[in-house]
Amino acid sequence: MSREKTHVIPPAERAEPDLSSGKYLVMWQGPQHPGITGNMSLKLVAEGDTVVDCETHVGYLHRGFEKLMEDRLWMQNFPLVCRIAVPEPDFNEYCYAAALEELAGVEIPDKAVWLRTLSLEMIRLASFLMWIGGQAGAFGHGTIAQWSVTMRDYVLDLFEELSGGRIYHMYIIPGGVRSDVPKDFFKHVLETMTIIRKNLDDIELVMFHNVVFKMRAQGLGWIPREWVDEYGITGPNARAAGADRDLRKDPGYLAYPRLDFKSITGTRSDAYGRAEVRLAEMYQSIDLIRQIVDRMPKDGPFREKLPNPLYWKIPAGETYVSAECTRGEYGFYVVSDGSDKPRRVTVRGPSYTHAISLMERLARGVNIADVAGLMVSLHTYPPEIER
Amino acid sequence: MDIKDYIAPFAVWKRAFEKPFTVKKPIDERPGAPGYRGFHMNDADKCVGCGTCEAICMNKAIDLVPVDGRDAKEGDSGLRPRMDYGRCCWCALCVDICPSGSLSMSNEYVWVDSDPEAFRYTPGVEAKPWDGSELGYRRAEGYRLLDGERVKMPELDHGEAVRSFLELVKGYSREQAMKEADRCVSCGVCIASCPAHMDIPAYIKAVRDGDMEGGLRILYETNPFPEACGRVCTHLCESACSIGTGGDPVAIRWLKRYIADQVELSDYAKALPRKEAPTGKKVAVIGAGPGGLSAAYYLALLGHDVTVYEKDGEAGGMLRYGIPDYRLPYPALDKDIGYIEGLGVQIERGKAVGADLSLASLRSSHDAVYLSTGLPTAYALEVPGDKHPRVLDGVAVLAAATRGEKLGLGKRVAVIGGGNVAMDAARTALRHGSEVDILYRRREEDMPADAEEIREAKAEGARLVEKAIPIEVKDSGGDGALFVWNEARMVLKEEGKRPVPEAIPGAVHEDRYDSIISAIGQGPDLSFVTETDGIPMKRFKPVIAADGRTDAGDVFAGGDLTNERKDAISAIADGHRAALGIDRMLSGKEL
Repeated sequence: MSREKTHVIPPAERAEPDLSSGKYLVMWQGPQHPGITGNMSLKLVAEGDTVVDCETHVGYLHRGFEKLMEDRLWMQNFPLVCRIAVPEPDFNEYCYAAALEELAGVEIPDKAVWLRTLSLEMIRLASFLMWIGGQAGAFGHGTIAQWSVTMRDYVLDLFEELSGGRIYHMYIIPGGVRSDVPKDFFKHVLETMTIIRKNLDDIELVMFHNVVFKMRAQGLGWIPREWVDEYGITGPNARAAGADRDLRKDPGYLAYPRLDFKSITGTRSDAYGRAEVRLAEMYQSIDLIRQIVDRMPKDGPFREKLPNPLYWKIPAGETYVSAECTRGEYGFYVVSDGSDKPRRVTVRGPSYTHAISLMERLARGVNIADVAGLMVSLHTYPPEIER
Repeated sequence: MDIKDYIAPFAVWKRAFEKPFTVKKPIDERPGAPGYRGFHMNDADKCVGCGTCEAICMNKAIDLVPVDGRDAKEGDSGLRPRMDYGRCCWCALCVDICPSGSLSMSNEYVWVDSDPEAFRYTPGVEAKPWDGSELGYRRAEGYRLLDGERVKMPELDHGEAVRSFLELVKGYSREQAMKEADRCVSCGVCIASCPAHMDIPAYIKAVRDGDMEGGLRILYETNPFPEACGRVCTHLCESACSIGTGGDPVAIRWLKRYIADQVELSDYAKALPRKEAPTGKKVAVIGAGPGGLSAAYYLALLGHDVTVYEKDGEAGGMLRYGIPDYRLPYPALDKDIGYIEGLGVQIERGKAVGADLSLASLRSSHDAVYLSTGLPTAYALEVPGDKHPRVLDGVAVLAAATRGEKLGLGKRVAVIGGGNVAMDAARTALRHGSEVDILYRRREEDMPADAEEIREAKAEGARLVEKAIPIEVKDSGGDGALFVWNEARMVLKEEGKRPVPEAIPGAVHEDRYDSIISAIGQGPDLSFVTETDGIPMKRFKPVIAADGRTDAGDVFAGGDLTNERKDAISAIADGHRAALGIDRMLSGKEL
């Protein structure tokens, strides 16, 4: 009865199919397609139902954030950056704020460090919950998506309570955070974690012990370990391939060095293995949130006083600040020329490498029906590709 | 793959019997979180229309617009923020930065309207269902984007201050000035309340930029007395300051002083505008006070030949003879006057119009005359015995102190009055070793003197006796005089008017003082103006047009003599206006 698909490594060279031969079908997946997780397109060339060539097309979501930021005051950019990656705005907020603080030499209070860690872990969980719905949905398991999106909404309820916003929290502000925790917030956090953990157990049962999911995900999109550096793969995609890399552990930032956790690596580098790593990280996130609630200081200031935001000038310099988001290394490169606006900001979103060069290669030889599952298994967000 | 992989997926069925996660109409039944960033609310009465929300909004979703029934007034632009929900991103930076704290957000998040124009509205002015909502986003306690606390001005300790005439206020250091200048939001609400309409945000920006010469240039555009005004200005601007609505107002006056203090007089010419080519017109200014010299400065700048006639031995008027040097050191005043003289303005010191030369002769030898003689005559106490030799005039005491004369006030001194002259006289007497009582007919809060002068007078040891109505001055039989006063109570005679003091029958006190300084106000001395001059008067004041011109045509007037505020900055503003008026008249470019 046991039947596991074996993986094939797609060739490095692009096939050059003769499209006039009548043997091939060219089709576009996206820009509007649930399997694309945002607005981008895959131009697929199929022979029968097997993809022989894939070309990624971006440009549907270019909003010019990086350029816009050059024309706004340092503080005015704080509500802007969160929009770069919609499902995980907080990593933008953190990287931007931390970069400014580093350039300006601002030390934030310990409570703010913990509250930032808390909000980053909460959004990690929310983002993974959205991903798992997409991953299950791509293989026809819509029910799981219903459950997980509801669970994500419960996390968004917590964000709403903490920051006043569900999607764009705008909570991590340069200098610290915007407010202290509301009354009973930690109680609500712990209650929600209990509910989500119970649901994750259910999801684990029906999704990971599921013949359909196993047959379709196992062997799909295998990433060999040596590709990790070659393609610049980070996050769960790299960890599933056996690369033990987690910025939270090494070099460690915010309160992570004061939390007990291990970097999670996988044994199989296909869509199934990556899903396993992400599921384990969701359990880990719940554990980390509980640790944070338990260990964080309950008193003290939550924000360091900064100069008047209308004239705040940051000394000339440049820095790169990164954080481990759900998809891997998220980073902001910020250059100041000493004025009241950034000279240059560049955002490094992990989807840039995952959804373009890696996706193009992994798609070769894949069944058309599995392209969506493959794309979701790389967990990419097109908005952060083009900013 | 094992048997579990075939069976486990059926576990989803157990949820078929559970309560669903979602409800049917979530928008009807789910209120936003207590701190939700929903639709804006604005307390339009608390708001001063400073536009800081507009300045911080990164989406340009806020416009300051005029609203019906709300006019601009002191400290209020009369405008209110209008939101454009086609642009707003609900980041609430506007709420975070609002100096007055008038902006907030409700937790309402559903608003349906078929008219897209409806989503541009002025919160607090156009009524909305969520107005007054208790819930919604508020600035967290202990969280402000702006600094509500003023940088403390280093001052002499009061105990030390009262023993000398050293300047009490030491002035900001560079770091302190930069920090204080950083508190300003450049809203400009202050400009309208400054009688001279100084471009306050611009010179505060110059402090932030470290551009002292640029700052000085801005100061001199409207005020040639920055050293003096930087010390003793009545700073109406600070009462209007929008930052003051939620904290200490920006120390505008000290920042002005900081700029002037940083530039040496020898460097002024480099920073300030040059004189225009000579016009060949001659203008006489009577009185070398701040108003007269201000007129002289701007007239000289326009190329006119200006001569100022001053009855006293030194120029400066009340700034020199009315304000003690612990508040305004003479070198600072000399610096301001020095620059004006350096520009070619002639000051004829010790030459009184009336006694030494007539107004008519001045008019015949000059193309225009500016009267800025101020209020040199002290009002009498108007009680029996007010001519007693121990009853002194406050202005005269201050002038004598300036001239370095021996005051001989004695041990116990009473100062009658509640204005700045009274406070200055009291503090001068304290510095001469007297014990001082300040007697005022109303309450402390009714005193016309600056609050800080009252506070400092008290801190230096003056005793304040409120609600004391003078009745009589009697001879004490010895060196001093007996001051008889009646205790009063405040009675509200007419609704909406301020209460008036009413003597409490029988509560009469009699105190012996070595000197009684009367400082209940001053009046003009226009004895040199004769009927043949043809200058119409109303209640002893020349009648003037907006530019200071009298019906006599070539005669202009201004300063304490004509205006209501009777402070240096108003006189300076009058002088500037008159200079422009005179220039228009002389150049034939009348409006």
